[in-house]
Amino acid sequence: MADTRNGRPSQVFRNINSKVASIPMVLTASVVFVGGTVWTVIHSFTNSKLLPRLNFVGLDQYERLWGSNKWLISIENLFIYGVLSLIFSLVIGFVLAALLDQKIRFEDTFRTIFLYPFALSFIVTGLVWQWILNPDFGVQAVVRGLGWESFAFDPLYNQDIVIYGILIAGLWQGTGLVMCLMLAGLRGIDEDIWKASRVDGIPMWKTYLFIVIPMMRPVFVTTLVIIASGIVRVYDLVVAQTSGGPGIASEVPAKYVYDAMFLSQNLGQGFAASTMMLVTVLIVIVPWAYLEFGRRRHRG
Amino acid sequence: MRVSASEAWGPRPRRALSRRNIIIYGTLTVVALYYLLPLYVMIVTSLKGMPEIRMGNIFSPPMEITFEPWVKAWATACTGLNCEGLSRGFWNSVRITVPSVIISILIASVNGYALANWRFRGADIFFTILIVGAFIPYQVMIYPIVIILREMGLYGTLTGLVMVHTIFGMPILTLLFRNYFASVPEELFKAARVDGAGFWAIYFKIMLPMSLPIFVVAVILQITGIWNDFLFGVVYTKPDVYPMTVQLNNIVNSVQGVKEYNVNMAATLLTGLVPLIVYFISGKLFVRGIAAGAVKG
Repeated sequence: MADTRNGRPSQVFRNINSKVASIPMVLTASVVFVGGTVWTVIHSFTNSKLLPRLNFVGLDQYERLWGSNKWLISIENLFIYGVLSLIFSLVIGFVLAALLDQKIRFEDTFRTIFLYPFALSFIVTGLVWQWILNPDFGVQAVVRGLGWESFAFDPLYNQDIVIYGILIAGLWQGTGLVMCLMLAGLRGIDEDIWKASRVDGIPMWKTYLFIVIPMMRPVFVTTLVIIASGIVRVYDLVVAQTSGGPGIASEVPAKYVYDAMFLSQNLGQGFAASTMMLVTVLIVIVPWAYLEFGRRRHRG
Repeated sequence: MRVSASEAWGPRPRRALSRRNIIIYGTLTVVALYYLLPLYVMIVTSLKGMPEIRMGNIFSPPMEITFEPWVKAWATACTGLNCEGLSRGFWNSVRITVPSVIISILIASVNGYALANWRFRGADIFFTILIVGAFIPYQVMIYPIVIILREMGLYGTLTGLVMVHTIFGMPILTLLFRNYFASVPEELFKAARVDGAGFWAIYFKIMLPMSLPIFVVAVILQITGIWNDFLFGVVYTKPDVYPMTVQLNNIVNSVQGVKEYNVNMAATLLTGLVPLIVYFISGKLFVRGIAAGAVKG
């Protein structure tokens, strides 16, 4: 304590307790987050197989990566899953939040029901939906049992639509969170806005679309970043629902990385693929960080 | 038509069955049923016998309720060579979650406290790295951590996994605590300083007792997060110490043998039970937890 009052003590010993307390944070940030990332990026330029080696081969791993069918399918799946999951979870989440915001009864009950899937593990979510979408027992069997003999709905067993089967489960798990964030955003909107727009005779949907949503921009941006960084990491859900199948139809980048590193002992491929994931995330985050922090600084 | 939405504290409109109400409650109820459906399907499937499953559809309620699938899922279902059911995975998960939650919260709360109240030069840089790091895909850091753990002799052990959870819980928790401690009135802090209290004294005697709510939020966030983890469990542990989620996936997605859907669903429910209980008990605190964890990024 004396150090801060005594004019000019040595910089190193200033706040020494605080520095000691921050050692775990400093180690995590520098060794794991920065060190680990740099290590992986560097090793993505090597021909590491079973063990990491510093045998540089330039862009070979990346060439092989982008020549690999499994990776291309992974990227395509991630893209479809990502775009649709962004759109649907934002729309559904917002609509649910807007409905809950109508001063309704049982708001807590509805909110609890919409959010409980979020508390569950992706593995649990994936397995339940694997069961519901099972063509022999699930939705398809039930509809056929009702007399619709030719009804076909077997997303998890059909290469062309398997990613939509995963999307259904992903949305079921994730929309509750979006709804919560949107609800918080809606509650932050001043009641006077609503009064003013009512006085002016603006229909409700127009008020939402042209006044409320633009006002909620920060909430949307935050939600977008959270969903997006979750999408890039999608792994457990796919493992539980389809293990990447049928064939390689539902592979995703995160699974490609895991398979390369721990199953096929092809570390270099794993490093290159994870570096590509990193680049994707940086492309998503950098503009956001710029928008958020850059703007704030201008205002402040 | 928008009357009730703008009159925050006004009386409830009399006409309960207005067209607007029917649309709102109708939509919400239909959506709610959709969200509840999987839980319902899990429960009814887990209470049926296999013959009934093969005959009926997954939505029909069980004609004869049996708890055998639950017993089997817990005690005798097989993964690979051992047939101890999920009980082994459950206890592994407990042994992973309890220390991970305690250690990560202790470290992060002290970190957050140091960042909020005892700022030193350079701390912000590390904090920024930490927060940005939270968005980096885990896949980028997985292998370097394998090497670090291997060097420390902790690869494949529960201790190693606890360390990993502590590391990856750090960004969000530190942010949570830093923001909370920063909102504590500065006068309180200054008064304690004048009375001669130091770094740890202020932390233990003033900050800790004052911040019980945020600790509860952090505990909820960590219990559900760590219990539900799959990736770290599968990467950093060996079959003997697999957490429940990994074991569950192995039981359900094992390729040999007849698929016992009732046992699988009982196992799935058992694995989801802990986070569900935490969720239903903590109620609004859970919402506050995820909001705090998410919004303040």
